Amino acid sequence: MASTRMSRWGADLYTGRKSYPIVQRRRWWYTLSGVIIVVSALLLIFKGITPSIDFRGGSEFIISGVSSTEQQPAIDAVHSVKPDEQVRVSVVGVASSSPSLRVQTSKLSSDQTTQAADALSKAYDGANVSSQFIGPSWGADVTNKAVRGLLVFLVLVSLVMTIYFRNWRMAVAALVALVHDMIITVGMYAGVGWEVSPATVIGFLTILGYSIYDTVVVFDKVRENNARLLDQKRYTHAELSNLALNQTLVRSINTSVVALLPVSGILFIGAFLLGAGTLRDIALALFIGIIAGTFSSIFIATPVEVSLRNREPAVAKHTRTVLDARAAAVEAGDLGEDGTVEVRVGAAVPGQHLGIAAQPKRRKGGRGAGRAS
Amino acid sequence: MFGALFAGAKWSNGTLVPKLALDLEGGTQLILQPVTRGNQQITDQDITQAIDIMRQRVDASGVSEAQITSQGSGQNRNIVVALPGTPSKETLDLVRQSAQMFFRPVLKIGAPAAGTPDKAAANLGTPANNSDPAWLTQDVLDTFATLDCTDPKNLSGTGNQSGDPAKPLVTCSKDGTTKYVLGPVDVYGKDLSSANSGLKTTQTGQLTNEWVVNLKLNASGTTAFRDASTRLVDLTSPRNQFAIVLDGLVISAPRMDSIIPNGQAEISGSFTRESAATLARQLNFGALPLTFTVQSEQQISATLGSEQLQRGILAGLIGLALVVVYSIFQYRALGFVTILSLAVAAGATYALIGLLSWTQGYRLSLPGVAGLIVAIGITADSFIVYFERVRDELRDGRTLPAAVSQGWSRAKRTILASDTVNFLAALVLYFLAVGGVRGFAFTLGLTTIVDLAVVFMLTHPVLALLAKTRFFAEGHRFSGLDPSALGARTRYVGRGRVVGPDEPAEGGEPERRLTIAERRAAANAGSGSTEGKDA
Repeated sequence: MASTRMSRWGADLYTGRKSYPIVQRRRWWYTLSGVIIVVSALLLIFKGITPSIDFRGGSEFIISGVSSTEQQPAIDAVHSVKPDEQVRVSVVGVASSSPSLRVQTSKLSSDQTTQAADALSKAYDGANVSSQFIGPSWGADVTNKAVRGLLVFLVLVSLVMTIYFRNWRMAVAALVALVHDMIITVGMYAGVGWEVSPATVIGFLTILGYSIYDTVVVFDKVRENNARLLDQKRYTHAELSNLALNQTLVRSINTSVVALLPVSGILFIGAFLLGAGTLRDIALALFIGIIAGTFSSIFIATPVEVSLRNREPAVAKHTRTVLDARAAAVEAGDLGEDGTVEVRVGAAVPGQHLGIAAQPKRRKGGRGAGRAS
Repeated sequence: MFGALFAGAKWSNGTLVPKLALDLEGGTQLILQPVTRGNQQITDQDITQAIDIMRQRVDASGVSEAQITSQGSGQNRNIVVALPGTPSKETLDLVRQSAQMFFRPVLKIGAPAAGTPDKAAANLGTPANNSDPAWLTQDVLDTFATLDCTDPKNLSGTGNQSGDPAKPLVTCSKDGTTKYVLGPVDVYGKDLSSANSGLKTTQTGQLTNEWVVNLKLNASGTTAFRDASTRLVDLTSPRNQFAIVLDGLVISAPRMDSIIPNGQAEISGSFTRESAATLARQLNFGALPLTFTVQSEQQISATLGSEQLQRGILAGLIGLALVVVYSIFQYRALGFVTILSLAVAAGATYALIGLLSWTQGYRLSLPGVAGLIVAIGITADSFIVYFERVRDELRDGRTLPAAVSQGWSRAKRTILASDTVNFLAALVLYFLAVGGVRGFAFTLGLTTIVDLAVVFMLTHPVLALLAKTRFFAEGHRFSGLDPSALGARTRYVGRGRVVGPDEPAEGGEPERRLTIAERRAAANAGSGSTEGKDA
């Protein structure tokens, strides 16, 4: 049964029988995410983001005195002039007293505007179409205030994390992971080439919260495993942190699957199969962001935290002590099966009964061993 | 608690369905045409400033997520304000009314009630300046006497009551406690560049406990204000006061204590934090350089296509169904606890949103819906963290009730820490951001609280109760807490006895002691490898 296999896998990760050396191979992960970040940044620079009509303003057509308020013909009409355009149609006025349709698109050239007006008029049986430019609804002040709120949040969250974990390095590592997630999410979104609407921006903000949240959950286990770090001489900080990662691996997978399912439902089923364009931008931002957030809390946040804490004098000294003790064990010939010192990092488990065969026993038959003198 | 919420939602005029925002429901659209005084040109800056102030006005009244844009170009520009739902008259007035603000010198003050007119002084002559008592003609005094400021009808200010800037004005204070005769306009509201409230700082830069409103004037305002303050400062009371007239009513009439040469004035008095902020906001509204006429007022449908939204929600529901399948697959019977908790959380969130949309005018917008979708993940995560901890404790060989209480005390810390971070994000964004970001922050904060409440008041008690049932305590194969499936270890409990994963009884004497062979088999099965071989 798959579930049993998964829970047994979880058990092995918990006790350390199975362990993925994530912290130990951190340079590898740094390189990998460095490459992803560079790609994202390049996408961002060269492809750039396309702000939607809410940020830039655009063109607006008013089709007055329409007989039907069906919206699809308007969308089709605009698409005949400019395909891939995100068209917004709303009905102005009440149905009883000759309503008009308001069609909003991104800024069209004057040629396109004339063509679109013609197409729209044709689509609604020669109705009167007027066109004009409209300004952005998401003004600079909205952006400024959101950015200010964000900065205050980042400062506060660093303070809270520093107090809770009693260690500023954890806060720094969480922020590194956060920046990592933001660059990847925005870059990949730019790569897909969809326009950035206010909903997308909200999606990015959500990812910000999710990234920190996920990191805090993993860090809490790291903190717990390292609570008595300096009182023992068996494991290094890096090893205990890696154990925390392995122990929370099942949680991370389950959580991200549960968070991703509704989002991918909207993205894949909604946007691609049912053709619902309205929610697709926010769904895409969330989809990329949740994956990046889960990835970074495992492969970036904790390794960075370990790298940072290894510079802390107390931790560095402790690591040296542990490694020296191991080297001494090697010299003393206290080797494991494969010729190295065996270090199995896992949850402490009580000893178990190994069966009667493990007990000292008296040889049967023949003379007893007798007592020496 | 949930019952109370649902009941509350039910009583609230039957608004069981939360109100929706503009993008989902549609609303009322007003097209406002800006009108300048005289032949001034309308600049980009004017329009931007007007939109900012308009947004501030609407946000301050609690209506969430109005959409305010400019329309057209050049001198033919309009401002389009779309308000969700069917806005109340007060809300519409906020947008329709254009504030006009003037600074006028006070000539005469009286009690609010109507009275008998005074006799005007003889030989009035031509007034020498705006503060000259010669403005008090018999006409003005008659109007002053008949005006009744206790009548609410006279207290609803509109831009049209602002009077001729070059003539004296007889009017009431906004709260209806005082009656004024005011001289011609000294400083125009548009010359005010900004106003804000804060604690007074002394000349040495120390903060005091006194709330003040600070004004900053532009170049022409600075000159005008310097002249006015030079004139007023030596006059006797009440003529040393200047009145700030917004929409024809006096919102404040401070005394001029010194000459203000640099265009930076400070209004002090018995302000509270609240009243100082209110005055500053009123001043900012009044500084809007334009007035508006309403060109059209129409209903408008949702900006997002309704069919598309339905499809999107359907897709989201399919995703949710997948969540149900996945959690049952992963957690077996425990999955039902997850689903129950999620369902209760969803119900509570729904009820709260319904309640708030009734009492606070909150409206659910698309970003709000997005916040709710992500909330599924974050809420479910609390359960996942908790269940995984309980499983870890079981793996250590604890009995289920012990594992639940131990796992809970550890998971609690994690859940509290991570939810604090989330709530912090929501709080900061809610208070500092505007527009759509605010709606999102609101749902995020709401779901975080609901998540905590559900985990503490439902999931944990339910699991603690379930731990006592035989189905779970004996680790049934489908309970999701089967110790042997989780790989729990056989544990030596002393006196030659072991507690294997198959007998997680509460340490009591097993009915029959296992034979050695059985115990060894159990040990081997428990560790699941060859490690248990003879050492």
